[in-house]
Amino acid sequence: MFSETIELRGHIIDSLILPKVLDQILTHSANFKIGEIKIGKKRADQSFARIEVSAETHEALDKLVLRLRQHGAEVVERADAQLAKAPADGVFPRDFYVTTNQQTFVRFDGKEIEVRPAMMDSAIAVDRKKSSARAVKFFDVKKDDQIIVGHQGIRVVPVQRSTSHTDLFQFINTTVDADEPKSAVIRELARELQRARKSKGKIAIVGGPAIVRTGAGEHLVRLIESGYVNRLFAGNAFAVYDVERALFGTSLGVNPDLAFTRGGHENHLRAINMIRESGGIASAVDKKILTSGLMHACVIHKVDIVLTGSIRDEGPIPGVTTDVVEAQKIMRAKLADVTHVLLLGTIQHSLAVATMLAPTVKTVCVDIDPSAVERAVEHQPLQSIGLVTDVEPFLRELADCIAAPEPVASDRKK
Amino acid sequence: MSRELLLCPPDHYGIEYEINPWMSRARGAEAALAQKQWRDLHATLSKLHCKIDLITPQPKLPDMVFTANAGLTVGKKFIPSNFRHKERAGEAPHFARWMQENGYDVSWLPDDLYFEGEGDALFRGDTLFCGYKFRSDIQSHRAVADMLGCLVISVELVDPRFYHLDTCFCPLPDGAAVWFPAGFDEYGQRAIREHVPDLVDVVPEEAVHFCCNAVVLGRDIVLPEGAPTLVATLRERGYSCYELPMTEFIKAGGACKCLTMFMPQREKC
Repeated sequence: MFSETIELRGHIIDSLILPKVLDQILTHSANFKIGEIKIGKKRADQSFARIEVSAETHEALDKLVLRLRQHGAEVVERADAQLAKAPADGVFPRDFYVTTNQQTFVRFDGKEIEVRPAMMDSAIAVDRKKSSARAVKFFDVKKDDQIIVGHQGIRVVPVQRSTSHTDLFQFINTTVDADEPKSAVIRELARELQRARKSKGKIAIVGGPAIVRTGAGEHLVRLIESGYVNRLFAGNAFAVYDVERALFGTSLGVNPDLAFTRGGHENHLRAINMIRESGGIASAVDKKILTSGLMHACVIHKVDIVLTGSIRDEGPIPGVTTDVVEAQKIMRAKLADVTHVLLLGTIQHSLAVATMLAPTVKTVCVDIDPSAVERAVEHQPLQSIGLVTDVEPFLRELADCIAAPEPVASDRKK
Repeated sequence: MSRELLLCPPDHYGIEYEINPWMSRARGAEAALAQKQWRDLHATLSKLHCKIDLITPQPKLPDMVFTANAGLTVGKKFIPSNFRHKERAGEAPHFARWMQENGYDVSWLPDDLYFEGEGDALFRGDTLFCGYKFRSDIQSHRAVADMLGCLVISVELVDPRFYHLDTCFCPLPDGAAVWFPAGFDEYGQRAIREHVPDLVDVVPEEAVHFCCNAVVLGRDIVLPEGAPTLVATLRERGYSCYELPMTEFIKAGGACKCLTMFMPQREKC
């Protein structure tokens, strides 16, 4: 949305100029927000109104404002954003503007430019020659880059609540606690993912090792096989547990199928060793060493795997990015076209991904820890659902819903 | 009560440019007939006990004859017009000088606000009705309201044939007003109806004879010929109507009121 602030002064109430201007805004498919209104108290007193007018396109807004000027509307000149040079590589000017993940516009040289990409906890670098503005992280900034300082000339447009009431995320938009029923939400979510796949949306899974350890891996494999996963974001442990399970039937020594039996911890290290020996997960699949499990399914079904490392990692296995700055860059690039994200049983990776998402990405977080769920979805107001539950029953039910054929009208009649 | 009026003899009058839908250089005004029609107006107004002042007409300013557009006079304050068309802009300094020389306090509007005087600004009681879009800007209304400290009702004019307020709206001394509703947009019509409960509608076939462009002098009304229905209504309301042929001035988009400026239109706000 593009917007301008206009002011009306004079006998705008008696002359019906105020209602005329407001009506014209609405009949031209634009919107208004009255910022301030002062009504004259005595007969000859003039009145005043400040109105923010917003329209879908710049052109539509310009055309409308031109029309409104004829009725006395004066456009409030918005000040340009202030710029300062980055003092060194990797350092922002002291008073740099800190971004949110919401759609943001900056005004410079009299024009309003959208910041692309919108990215949380960044600064905004401006290229005046190209009339462009982008959010930059510390590692992206170079000495003398023009960075926006202060708040002047910045406009943030939060995601609007849908008025249709048909959007699952905006309709539920809450966390379903451990003691609340979840089946209806999971069924709706399954339909949402089916719609997303049909409309060429991109679905990402951010998974924690709990998926493998609880035995939910097979349900996720069903989702992968049905084409409901485009990207998988996880850590070294997730991949290693899955490989260990595929090779030895255990995950960190535990066999999820045999509740009271424990295997040796060494299976974990042997699994890492085998992947390292094979040269990576894809090679292990090629060489038929790895013939089942999540990693296998991802390779076979061409799911992008993004594995990032952490301090406690064993190995790591080849393909895990251990440089955190490099990992951030890769994750941002792989999240750029994602429309739906499922954050499943991992607070570490869920929080990392959540801060990188555009505010329009529909987000589901499933975790046994209520505080992890709250924190993971707080950046996606109006676009998120949280479920406090074990991932295994969640994934089982989701996979069952998606695998089950949709009832058709003729069936219902019977 | 005797009213003081400013008129300008039509010595240099003619259709020399086209700045409204009435004007056509191909269909010029007949000079001798225009002179006669103007003299008849002058005589009628004199007979109605008006004190008439004359400003010297200037060559190449043919529309100077329409003195209503010189500005707006309230008490001894004169607000000169800022003409929208360059063809008429040359009139302003002549009118301002004349008013100043005759003891009026001249208060100019900012240069960038178009305002065409009494043509677009008519008092009904202590409320000033102002027309905007074709000639005056609505922004000028606010400046005039600031200068005079009165309530200004701004109304949008929508028919280019009725490009000044005084071509489609004429307040009467009993609080009523004669008007041609289609000259205004819906909001202007509503604003007028709210502030003037007693309105005399003019039919389109009489409006085009500029019957709203009337000089109201108490119970006497001087207006162009061609509006028998309106004249009958006004007579029923107790007004005396003086119908004058104005054909040569209507060719330029003006008639009785356009040829006349009140000095002042109102004593005070």
